[in-house]
Amino acid sequence: MLAALIIVFREVFEAGLIIGIVLAVTRTVPHRNRWIGGGVLVGVLAACVVAAFAGALSNLFAGMGQELFNAAILTVAVVMLTWHNVWMARHGSELAGELRSAGQAVVEGAKSLLALAVVVGVAVLREGSEVVLFLYGVLAAGGDSAWSVALGGFGGLLLGALICVLTYVGLIRIPMRALFATTTVLIALLAAGMAAQATHFLEQANWLTAMDTIVWDSGWLLSDSSFLGRALHTLIGYTDQPTAMQLVVYLAILLVTFVLMRIYGSPAKAMPEPAHG
Amino acid sequence: MFASLMLSKTAFIAALGIASVSAMSTAVAQTATEIQLSYKDKKFEPAEISAPANTPVVIKLKNLDAKAMEFESKTLKVEKVVAGGSDAIINVRAQKPGRYEFFDEYNEKTARGALVVK
Ligand SMILES: [Cu+2]
Repeated sequence: MLAALIIVFREVFEAGLIIGIVLAVTRTVPHRNRWIGGGVLVGVLAACVVAAFAGALSNLFAGMGQELFNAAILTVAVVMLTWHNVWMARHGSELAGELRSAGQAVVEGAKSLLALAVVVGVAVLREGSEVVLFLYGVLAAGGDSAWSVALGGFGGLLLGALICVLTYVGLIRIPMRALFATTTVLIALLAAGMAAQATHFLEQANWLTAMDTIVWDSGWLLSDSSFLGRALHTLIGYTDQPTAMQLVVYLAILLVTFVLMRIYGSPAKAMPEPAHG
Repeated sequence: MFASLMLSKTAFIAALGIASVSAMSTAVAQTATEIQLSYKDKKFEPAEISAPANTPVVIKLKNLDAKAMEFESKTLKVEKVVAGGSDAIINVRAQKPGRYEFFDEYNEKTARGALVVK
C-alpha cells in the first residue's frame, strides 16, 4: 500500500504544482473553475486513452513514440504558457484593476483560460497516464493486494491534491499586484523548464543529437530525483546534468517570452505622453 | 491578440527548426551497442549487462510480465514506461567506465539491475 501511495503521489505531485499555479494566476477571472476543472477532466480521460494504447504508442517511430509524444505535448504546453504571459502583459492590468471596467478583458479572458486549461490538461495527461497504467496493471493482475494498492493510490492522489491546494494558498497570500509579477516570472520559468524537458525527450529519442554534451553535474549538491530536486524540476526545469542544447532552449524560451511581452504588452502605454516643459 | 499567438508559435517552431537542422548536420553515425534485456516476475534477466565505454548503447527491453513497469536509471537519466507484455527500446548516450544501476520504479526494492561500462 505504501509503495502504491508513493508512486502515485510522485506522479500526481508535478501536476498538483502546475494546477496550483494556474489556479492562483486565474484568481480574478470569472468561470475559471469551469475551465480548469474541464482541463483536469479532459486530462484524466485522455490519460486513460493513452494508458490503454501505451503499447501501441511506444511502438510508433521505431520505439520512440513515448518520447516523441511527451516532447510534443510539452511543446504544446510551452506555447500555451508563453501565449498566456504575452496575453497577460496586455490585459493583466485591466484584470488586476477594477473588474467592472474590464468587461472586454473578461470576455477575452476566456481565451487565456483556454490556454491554461490546455496546460492543466497536458500536465494531468502526462502524469495521469502513468498512474492509470500502474494501477490498471495491478488490478488486472488480480493480486491479493489489489484493494490495498487501490487504497494507496487513492491516498497518493489526495496527497497530490494537497500539494495543489498548498501551492494555491501560498501564492494567493501575495498581494494582487505582486501576484501578477510573481506568476509572470513563474510561468516563464515553467515554460522554459518544460521546453528543456521536451529537449531531453528528443535527445532520448535520438532525434536531437547536437550539443548533447553535459555542461555540469550538480548532483552532489542537489539531485533532481530528491524531493526538492523534483519540485524545482517541475517549477523551473532544474536538472543536475543539463546538456548544452537544454540550456540553449531554456534561455531561448525566456528570451522569446521577454521580447514578445515587450512587443505586445501594454498597448495603452505605447501612446506618446505629452512632454512636460 | 491572435497575431501574438501566431508569432509565439512561429518563433518557437523556428527555434525548433534551427535546432533540428543543426542536429542533422552534426549527427554522427556512431554504431551503438545493442543489448537484449528481459523483465519477468519482477526481475531483470540478466541482472547485469555490460557495454564498452564511449559508445552509445541501445537496450532492447522485453517486459514479459502482464503488468506495466517503468525502467528507470538516475545515473543514466532514463525513464521509460513499458506496458505489460510489450517491448521497448531505450537509448543510452555514450558513458564513461563505471557501474550504472537501473530499476523498475514500480518495484524499486526487488527489481534491480546494472549496466557495467568498461
Ligand atoms: Cu487580446
